[in-house]
Amino acid sequence: MNDQASSGGNRRRRSSAAAWLLRASETAMEWLIYACGWSAIFFVFAIFIFVLGQAAPMLFGKLDFIEFFTSTEWQPTSEVRPRFGILALLVGTLSVTALAMAICVPLGLGAAVFISEFCGGKFKEGLKITIELLAAIPSVVWGFIGVTVLGPILVETAGAPVGVNLLNGGIILALMSAPVIVSVGEDSLKAVPDSYREAGLALGASRWEIVYRVLFPAAKNGLLAAVLLGVGRAIGETMAVLMVTGHAVQIPTSLMDPVRTLTATIASELGEAVKGGEHYRVLFVIGLVLFAITFVVNLTSDLVVKGIRHER
Amino acid sequence: MGLAVLVGVVGCGAAGTSGNSGVHKTIRVEGSDTLVNVAQAWAERYHMSQPGVSVQVLGGGSGVGIASLIDGNCDIANTSRSMKPDEMETVRARRSVDAVETIAALDALAVLVHAQNPRESITIDELAEIFGDGGQTVKWSQLGVTDLPGGHDKIIRVGRQNSSGTYAFFREIVLGKKRDFKLGSIDAHGSKDAVLLIARTPGAIGYSGMGYITTGVKALAISRRRGDPAIEPTIENARNGTYPLTRPLELYTAGPPQGAIKEYIEWILSPKGQKIVLEQGYVPVRDHE
Repeated sequence: MNDQASSGGNRRRRSSAAAWLLRASETAMEWLIYACGWSAIFFVFAIFIFVLGQAAPMLFGKLDFIEFFTSTEWQPTSEVRPRFGILALLVGTLSVTALAMAICVPLGLGAAVFISEFCGGKFKEGLKITIELLAAIPSVVWGFIGVTVLGPILVETAGAPVGVNLLNGGIILALMSAPVIVSVGEDSLKAVPDSYREAGLALGASRWEIVYRVLFPAAKNGLLAAVLLGVGRAIGETMAVLMVTGHAVQIPTSLMDPVRTLTATIASELGEAVKGGEHYRVLFVIGLVLFAITFVVNLTSDLVVKGIRHER
Repeated sequence: MGLAVLVGVVGCGAAGTSGNSGVHKTIRVEGSDTLVNVAQAWAERYHMSQPGVSVQVLGGGSGVGIASLIDGNCDIANTSRSMKPDEMETVRARRSVDAVETIAALDALAVLVHAQNPRESITIDELAEIFGDGGQTVKWSQLGVTDLPGGHDKIIRVGRQNSSGTYAFFREIVLGKKRDFKLGSIDAHGSKDAVLLIARTPGAIGYSGMGYITTGVKALAISRRRGDPAIEPTIENARNGTYPLTRPLELYTAGPPQGAIKEYIEWILSPKGQKIVLEQGYVPVRDHE
């Protein structure tokens, strides 16, 4: 009796120690994950505050905002009078992004439809892996392709005066953004329940009609999010556009004109700008402008994705 | 690839300490991309003769080198322009010594066109009308060039990023103190990129250090004004001061160089060091081997 009681007590004690250990590790893990989650928010805010801090002396006071947004004169190191007009750079970023989207949205969504609806088995898996591989190519390699392959082609076939220009930038950016659009687009098409497709078939719809009349409306939020993610990718890209757009401060009047983007301007000028000088600070103001643009794009795509969840 | 900061560490710790002194020294050099190839070659050759000293070379640009000297992160700042008065002031304030310059070599900026461009020479005034704000020359036919390959006529100006020393130097000599560059030029990031682009573009005109000339481009002879003799960008012409686009390449130290740094700079100015300058396509300032 006694023996049994004491052995039972031991077991209970051991099991309570194990439970305590389990609970402790559980709590530690919870805190770790908690910290990971908050660190992302912390870093974003830290970066924002750093950029704001560097930009502040120009942002509050010295910078003429009307000139900043409406002048095409980007002469930050002028000996006559430094001028900080980013209109041409803003137009450069927007035009190269718009061109890239005009090329890669139909291409990317078409590829997503093909992968999700029209092919299967090994071919489908192979395609998906290849497209994901496309996303893994470093941007500097894309830049090289633009300069050494696409540029000479544009000069020889299209008669462009110079191979690095808006069109070159648009094509390279389209190829870089396509993988995002294809994989997110494909996921959202896959998420459409099969009952929708079956209902379409039962009504005698052709496969194209199912895609166009059933899948697109059903997956429209996901597809829109895919496009917006592609836009975000294109606006933020730096190295490749620095190499292939020609990096010229002007408002383009044709596809063959070189342009310059906001990101490339920061990348090329920040390194040698006098630290703490006006030029240096204005480059950080440009960083804030980029922050604002990507924030709006990301927020829009987030809200759109939330829209999907509500519908379910 | 201008953005890539060239990093060269010549001989790391263990290999270097085999020298007879037993004390291993590292000299940190940072600055101008124009000078980076020469600086690299100096560092390698010097380490071969002085295994106890290793020289670490970083590029990034003249401004970066000076900023680094101010912060005490490098021993020698390479520059392709003279220090500005406010930079001098900051060195004095932060390091409590004056910056001391040593002219280590000369660089002649070459004005480059596509190899098949028939033009052989150009005047400074013509360059100013091409590159300057408000300049009216936009077509090659205005300069009497009508047979470019591919029938191109538009002048494609190839410049440099506006924070580079090369950009500021070209502006000062060609446009003068009171004129800006005309916007809309293709601003290459680094001399290599500029030359590469000119070689691929029939209508291009641009500038870079003489050391970067390749077979795809042609360097124009330059005359100060119409009627003056056109001067070829050669080593002799740069050294005797007749070529207009010549600039000094400088080494700055905080205070007069001392110890290992002094020996290194003396070696750079010796015939051995100056021979490397010549090998790399720049112009020696002293006698070379």
